[in-house]
Amino acid sequence: MQHIISILIENEAGALSRVAGLFSARGYNIESLTVAPTEDPSLSRMTLVTRGSDEIIEQIKKQLNKLVDIVKLIDLTEGPHVQREMLLIKVKAVEAGREEVKRLADIFRGRIIDVTDSTYTIELTGTGDKLDAFIKAVGTGEILEVVRSGVSAIARGEKILHV
Amino acid sequence: MELTGAQIIVQFLKDEGVEVIFGYPGGAVLHIYDELYKQDDVKHILVRHEQGATHAADGYARATGKPGVALVTSGPGATNAVTGIATAYMDSIPMVVLTGQVPTPWIGSDAFQEADTVGITRPCVKHNFLVKDVHKLAETLKKAFYVASTGRPGPVVVDIPKDVTDPNIRVPYTYPKKVSMRSYNPVLKGHPGQVRKAVELILSAKRPMIYTGGGVILGDGAKSLTELTRLLGYPITNTLMGLGGYPGTDKQFLGMLGMHGTYEANMAMHECDVLLAIGARFDDRVTGKLDTFCPYAKIVHVDVDPSSIAKNVRVDIPIVGSVDNVLREMIKLIKDGSTKPDAGALEKWWTRIEEWRGLDCLRYAHSEELIKPQQVVETLYKLTKGDAFITSDVGQHQMWTAQYYKFDKPRRWINSGGLGTMGFGLPAAMGVQLAHPREKVVCVTGEASIQMCIQELSTCYQYSLPIKVVNLNNRYMGMVRQWQEFFYERRYSHSYMDALPDFVKLAEAYGHHGIRIDKPADVEGALREALKAKGLVFLDFITDPTENVYPMIEAGKGHHEMHLPPHLSPERELA
Repeated sequence: MQHIISILIENEAGALSRVAGLFSARGYNIESLTVAPTEDPSLSRMTLVTRGSDEIIEQIKKQLNKLVDIVKLIDLTEGPHVQREMLLIKVKAVEAGREEVKRLADIFRGRIIDVTDSTYTIELTGTGDKLDAFIKAVGTGEILEVVRSGVSAIARGEKILHV
Repeated sequence: MELTGAQIIVQFLKDEGVEVIFGYPGGAVLHIYDELYKQDDVKHILVRHEQGATHAADGYARATGKPGVALVTSGPGATNAVTGIATAYMDSIPMVVLTGQVPTPWIGSDAFQEADTVGITRPCVKHNFLVKDVHKLAETLKKAFYVASTGRPGPVVVDIPKDVTDPNIRVPYTYPKKVSMRSYNPVLKGHPGQVRKAVELILSAKRPMIYTGGGVILGDGAKSLTELTRLLGYPITNTLMGLGGYPGTDKQFLGMLGMHGTYEANMAMHECDVLLAIGARFDDRVTGKLDTFCPYAKIVHVDVDPSSIAKNVRVDIPIVGSVDNVLREMIKLIKDGSTKPDAGALEKWWTRIEEWRGLDCLRYAHSEELIKPQQVVETLYKLTKGDAFITSDVGQHQMWTAQYYKFDKPRRWINSGGLGTMGFGLPAAMGVQLAHPREKVVCVTGEASIQMCIQELSTCYQYSLPIKVVNLNNRYMGMVRQWQEFFYERRYSHSYMDALPDFVKLAEAYGHHGIRIDKPADVEGALREALKAKGLVFLDFITDPTENVYPMIEAGKGHHEMHLPPHLSPERELA
């Protein structure tokens, strides 16, 4: 099953490589990994999407906790949470297709953020499924470039991850 | 006090109470070596290869419980140290390795003797640091010692660029007595509810078994373990790393378990109904086939490292905490409670165990012509009264030492269990001898292993270390040969040690005394002479090249599927 693990980690050189190295050394999968500093510049927040049996996920969390740089982590999948991913997509926009792409972007509540005579660049935010659906709707023939941010997620309600 | 980075390192080591470090100088650490030259408080032992420095620091740590310290230069100095670091990591040995690095502005430029030491060592350290600012040096060193020696111990590398030790830059220094890290807080006290549940389960057992590992040694839990085991009257087995955690001569002790464990220990594991695992990590060499591991047992697992619990084997009652704390808590609950172990069931269980023990699985055929390696270890045990510090390398000699030398005390049996590093024994013995100058230190080795770090005989000469080297010379990489005999139809591919040196002459060339022994009748006399001698003696025992280590469980087989020695089972049949 897919799990979203949120991590607070010391914002130090090499911290990311410790996490990535742990996953490759122990043969765990990373589906996506995002990382950026938090409001406290000494801490980074990582959102890691992985997949595995309950036993493997348990080991992943224990092994992550064992890394000296990791301050705290939670498995967001254990409770209600909100997850979002951002997509930047550059598509062909010529002739009749130009109008069609704009309509699709509107339906998916995307925004066109850059325009040329022959292309649109669209920004779209949502769950991974929604982004997948949009990409499918546009059709691979029309797509010039796709950039996805990886998942960011946060718990619903008053539950927080902090030091 | 204003000090340079190099002075801070030396002053910090003094303040931290470090008496001895093992190292090898080079360009990136010259400023530090210059400061070492100017003082006598921190003794520096010059090894002949950086692998020797890390193994020696490791041996020192295993024999004392204090972190061992090594100092090496950048690039090849650091990469040579990696085998020793990985060895310490696999056995959870507290160690701090200071590595030189090229000056910070040159990092990443492929400078002379540059290597990404933090990157290279990352998978085999508990933690590592790159110090880029001399102001942070003292605090980082303190963190390194703190992380290395607390929780589940392990090696920590501190990579120090040359400009950080610049003799022209002085900064204020005070010894950081304490350090706290928000991201590192090991859990030491077991959860009281879990401990209570565990004690209830343990006392309800009909066929109990206690299985303990290196955590008992590392966590200084041997005394409590002995008390608990005697209080319960239960059988106990130790892993290779756990030997000495419970007296090896005690009647409740069933010997080592696992691939080369005793028949009685492995069978008791297989048939037990409650297993108390303490400071052990269910290694594949211990468990054998996981599907048939302790099939009837409910398992209690005590370990300071949560990730060790339920990693390989499902556990019914996990307890995270330091071994000694949890053991003392258990003893208290048992003493205060009214429930006692089931004496009737226990008597039946012991009768069964004594049947297994009656097989005498470690008995071996003696010979008048050929020296049996087991005989050498048994004689060594007899002459040292089981009280020596024994280091070993890796292979058959290691297993025979574990089987035939009975360790009654912790920290006396020093070997590379997890990584299985050939070349460990001699440099580790140097560390042990420096920690305990008056004690007998014996390195039991083989002609293949000893050659992997034999250059350290020179270090032993320089510092007059009176180590006794017991070389069980069977002219083969014995364990490799044994596997080839059993599983590769006797195709002895590259396991034959052709063109061996004359070890007696070699020892003499290094300034030591060497003795070659090829008759069983001379074994005891030679060992006596060596143990009496003031200096290092290299004993080259020419042993039976066909001898195998028994019992043996093939990789991937269960505890109940042991090969017994030929005189007990002529066809090497399964027990």
